[in-house]
Amino acid sequence: MSDVKELATPTERRLESTASLLRELVAHLTQQRAQLREEWAQLITEAKLLTAMTKEEIFAEATSVYDNYVEALETGTYEALQAYARNLSERIIPRGVETHEVVGIVLLLRDVLARSLFGKYRDDFNKLNRILDAYEPAANRIAITVAVGFVQERERIIREQQEAIRELSTPVLQVRERLLILPIIGVIDPQRARQLTEQLLRGIRTNRAKVVVLDITGVPYIDSAVANHLVQTVEAARLLGAIVIVTGLSPEIAQTLVNIGVDLGKMNTVGDLQGGIEEAERLLGYRVVLTKEATEEPA
Amino acid sequence: MQVPILKQGAYLIATVQSALTDEDLKQLRDALVGQVSKVRARGVIVDVTALDVIDSFATRTLRDVAHMIRLRGAETVIVGIQPEVAFSMVKLGLSLEGVATALDLEEGLAYLNRKVKGPDHEVRTHR
Repeated sequence: MSDVKELATPTERRLESTASLLRELVAHLTQQRAQLREEWAQLITEAKLLTAMTKEEIFAEATSVYDNYVEALETGTYEALQAYARNLSERIIPRGVETHEVVGIVLLLRDVLARSLFGKYRDDFNKLNRILDAYEPAANRIAITVAVGFVQERERIIREQQEAIRELSTPVLQVRERLLILPIIGVIDPQRARQLTEQLLRGIRTNRAKVVVLDITGVPYIDSAVANHLVQTVEAARLLGAIVIVTGLSPEIAQTLVNIGVDLGKMNTVGDLQGGIEEAERLLGYRVVLTKEATEEPA
Repeated sequence: MQVPILKQGAYLIATVQSALTDEDLKQLRDALVGQVSKVRARGVIVDVTALDVIDSFATRTLRDVAHMIRLRGAETVIVGIQPEVAFSMVKLGLSLEGVATALDLEEGLAYLNRKVKGPDHEVRTHR
């Protein structure tokens, strides 16, 4: 039972033969390297994949993908390939290479190599079958590794961009002494709502604001959790001694606020941003006076 | 820890220096409500800048103080609630309804000046 060398079970026998078959396969692929690589690069161009790259670049990348591919087949370990896939993705994603292209070229390579195996073993059907048994799982695993590496890299970039957008998304602007405007554009999700509250309360403190106009003209709808959060933000601002005027409520948002039963005594709302600013100026004691009719075009 | 209460003109100013126990809060309430007519104060400012937690008991006590002082003929304003504190209070449903609040001491004084003296209600003495 402990005698390993005898290769007693069928699984062990298969493993052994898989390894030797893969060795044979790798030897073949190494020998045919130049020709298969050429063939593959040709197919990539014909299939109009990687159009963002020049022919030379495609050939250079094809060479390293090929070598990494063969190495993964030979060693049965995928770490090096994974690292390479991530590195490759990092380089080509900014150039606009799509997921289908990356998956496409790896599958093309798989097919090119399979065809070459068909050619080599066409006289020995049994051998061909066994070679393919060894080759296919490894090839599929490689395809998955590369595709997953690419998608992960893309997701990482998307996450970074979301972060960046989030940071840009809530400007706090001072329009007059003690008067802030927060124009909100786009959908407010719970995380953005939290950030909005933080920015608003902090803005009140740092600018010593008395009135804040929160303009949500650019927000199409909010769900009731966010609506509640908004009402709480308005109340929290009051605790800091500031009045919040909410402007530009869409009919849908008005409906949501009514549905959650908001206390209208606590919430100051004005139809549009202009009206909100005028109301804020009134509260602060400003009076805007037109000094001259603007009849002439400014020079 | 006891909260010092200073008299500044027609106002009393209580500046909270550190976290308060329920006992401290009651003491503050009694001291403020007691002193307000003793010194004929027109307004009271409670500065809570130093507090990083305001719980339900504190909220209720502050509200009681404001209402009792109103009954004794003066105005109260709570100043210096921190942004984080304000939001967690609102989350807990503690919104100090009917109590005036202001950003800081300066704003609180400005509020009282408007409210108590007021440009419209100047007190004139007839000869």
